[in-house]
Amino acid sequence: MRLLNIASALLLAGVVSAPALAQEIDRPECVAPAKPGGGFDLTCRIAQQGLEKQLNGPMEVTFMPGGIGAVAINLFNTTRTDDPNAIVAFSSGSLLNMATGKYGQWGANDVRFLATAGTDYGAVIVRDDSPYKTLDDLMKVVEKDPGSVVMGAGGSVGSQDWMKAAILLKSKELDPRKMRYVAFDGGGEAIAGLLGGSIQVYLGDVGEMVSHLGTGEMRILATLSGERLPEPFADIPTAKELGYDAEWPIVRGYYMGKDVPDEAYNKWVDVFKAAYGTDEWAKLVKDKGLLPMDLSGKEMDADMKKRVERMTGIAKDAGLIQ
Amino acid sequence: MDAVFSGLASGFAVALDPFNLFLVLAGCFAGTLIGALPGIGPINGVAILLPIAYGLGFKPESAIILLAGIYYGAEYGGRISSILLNVPGDAGAVMTTLDGNPMARNGEAGKALSLSAVASFIGGTFSVILMSFFGPALASYAITFSPSDYVALMVFAFASLASLVGSNPVKTLLAAVIGLMLASIGIDANTGVARFTFGIPDILAGIDFLVVVIGLFGMAELIHLVEQQAAGTLKTLKIDKSFVTMKDLAFVKWTILRGSIIGFFIGILPGTGASVASAVAYGTEKRAARDASRFGEGDMRGLAAPEAANNASAGGAMVPMLTLGIPGSGTTAILLGALLLFNVTPGPLMFSQRPEIAWGLIASMYIGNIALLIINLPLVGLFARMLTIPQQFLTPLIAVLAFVGVYSVVSNPHDLYMITALGVFGWFLRKLQFSLAPVILGFVLGGLFEDNLRRALSISAGDWTILVSSFNSIALYLMAFLVVVVPIALSRRRRRLDEAESPKAPA
Repeated sequence: MRLLNIASALLLAGVVSAPALAQEIDRPECVAPAKPGGGFDLTCRIAQQGLEKQLNGPMEVTFMPGGIGAVAINLFNTTRTDDPNAIVAFSSGSLLNMATGKYGQWGANDVRFLATAGTDYGAVIVRDDSPYKTLDDLMKVVEKDPGSVVMGAGGSVGSQDWMKAAILLKSKELDPRKMRYVAFDGGGEAIAGLLGGSIQVYLGDVGEMVSHLGTGEMRILATLSGERLPEPFADIPTAKELGYDAEWPIVRGYYMGKDVPDEAYNKWVDVFKAAYGTDEWAKLVKDKGLLPMDLSGKEMDADMKKRVERMTGIAKDAGLIQ
Repeated sequence: MDAVFSGLASGFAVALDPFNLFLVLAGCFAGTLIGALPGIGPINGVAILLPIAYGLGFKPESAIILLAGIYYGAEYGGRISSILLNVPGDAGAVMTTLDGNPMARNGEAGKALSLSAVASFIGGTFSVILMSFFGPALASYAITFSPSDYVALMVFAFASLASLVGSNPVKTLLAAVIGLMLASIGIDANTGVARFTFGIPDILAGIDFLVVVIGLFGMAELIHLVEQQAAGTLKTLKIDKSFVTMKDLAFVKWTILRGSIIGFFIGILPGTGASVASAVAYGTEKRAARDASRFGEGDMRGLAAPEAANNASAGGAMVPMLTLGIPGSGTTAILLGALLLFNVTPGPLMFSQRPEIAWGLIASMYIGNIALLIINLPLVGLFARMLTIPQQFLTPLIAVLAFVGVYSVVSNPHDLYMITALGVFGWFLRKLQFSLAPVILGFVLGGLFEDNLRRALSISAGDWTILVSSFNSIALYLMAFLVVVVPIALSRRRRRLDEAESPKAPA
């Protein structure tokens, strides 16, 4: 069957003289630097299912948990620096770890960013019966006394969940260290904390709210996106249009080792570019709760490096690093 | 109430569909095996099989029925290796080793396996019944549990476990402190600072619970076996054909009921699961027992309580997931992800929008529990024969299974070194006559205690009175106090009564 596939692909390649990409990538592999079931798993599944046609078969997904992605980046900087067949999933959280030095000596220049899977955005969420009807209501109180509102999210201080709150405060020149921030173990527990009244504001993600919209339990005060999002979020203002310069996109994508030759790197870029245009890819990204973001190659690499730089700035301002 | 009955009726129509019925049975059977293998527990079983279920293109209700079957099947199966090998099959089965394994060593392996199967069945069924009738109300109560209430719950858990303090309280305390220290490794959630990681990236996120359980229990047990074998002191066990009797069940009926209630309520709280539930159930049972002297040496109550509790908690954890869309445990978080993968939105709307999934799943849990009992009872004899495998074959087999299990789940070679090192450490502790259960409990409860205490204090901006400001927490502190004081008072009184009856007994 596989032989048949390859044979027909070769034939096709010969006929239309298009670059035959797939069969040149030998046993493609997507490394999810976490345990099964989380966001990195999801990122790899998108590549696995979305690139199936382009790669002539599903690629293997392997898991490499340990140290919030540090183990994987370590490996790809020591032994597999030039592995042409493997891509590694990353998220904005990984970029933040690079920016704040959580990955030790490895930073944004030690990998080759390859392509994006999609993006999600931060969201400011309150319980339905909250006295804060708009982001302005909330921010007025916060401006008066940053410690008067209990905010919470699913990650520790210094994590990307905390950053959402920190940049919101920074947009009004408030000191993020003065806020009352409660670190929960994952979004589920934080939502329980919000509904149970332990916290007043939850800094969550737009994607996870899809399943809670329409239940009348929670309201999104603002999204932390650059522009208005498509349905079902079209009615929700962005923090930016309300006058708060707070944007927090959560990018999901893939990187490769830094010594991967251009030839192999470009092959992968072409694979992603071929998939980006298709309806299957668009549907897949949407089904996994992400919004489309099709960036690959040099352009994407530069964009990610810029993001890391910006995060370094925010982290410095917030007192996370010296 | 009518809605519940008509919902259940439609649910059974879905669950009794021949294909779905087959999936329930297949899931339960696979789950039992997954649970029995040291290392792979319900979380990993469900996570590993989720892509397969998705890939096979099942209908959403069929896929979720299969995955749920694996979930509670694994909670059932975890007891098998706990009892037979003294190696917990998963995190919720740690307490099962305390009395289950001594029973097997006393030649009552069959009885231990069958009794725990019945206890699991009752615990599981109890929680499904409560879930179908009071699910939404219970879930909205569960989320009012604030971090400060969790602190009180942990205090209660520690108090009920004070009964674990064996002949040497200092060693028990030291063991608990070791557990606490292990739990403090990794990035601190409140400040983002890495603690005790010594620059090793593999432990930045902390040590996985599974690694601690397999290392301290599994590996240490294996080293112990090898040592006994080398010294020639290893007893070979005879095949035993013992089985649970009605008399045994009558003896533990209240134990099972108490275990089920405790397990269910701890299960519905988001953030606590089978390991906390079984620990509290065991501790309470030992405290409540009139004669607790045989606990730890093969008391049936010490086996029935944690088994009823961990299966009841599996059902309890489903409640907030189904009714609110909030996962109550790691495994239900993955089930929630599975529902989303099928474009099904868990939460209150699921019961009106996709009743076939919500009620089909609940009905399948009734069927699954019965199926597990039917699958498990005849297999008791087969499993019990495992003990007659010569140790020189069994020991390496368990070692291989444990290594493969851990690697298949975490796939980080570093964790294989960790379980080996923890195994050697655990063996030394055993040599020094430390009990290992307090280490595990210190690890689980201590971590939860610290996280929630600091959450509570960040909510109150450092005001400690938040800890006693809700009804839930005050009630729990009161119960903690009673659990410590009442048994002492009772035994004093009994002693006084004994003395009064035989005042002139010669010294």
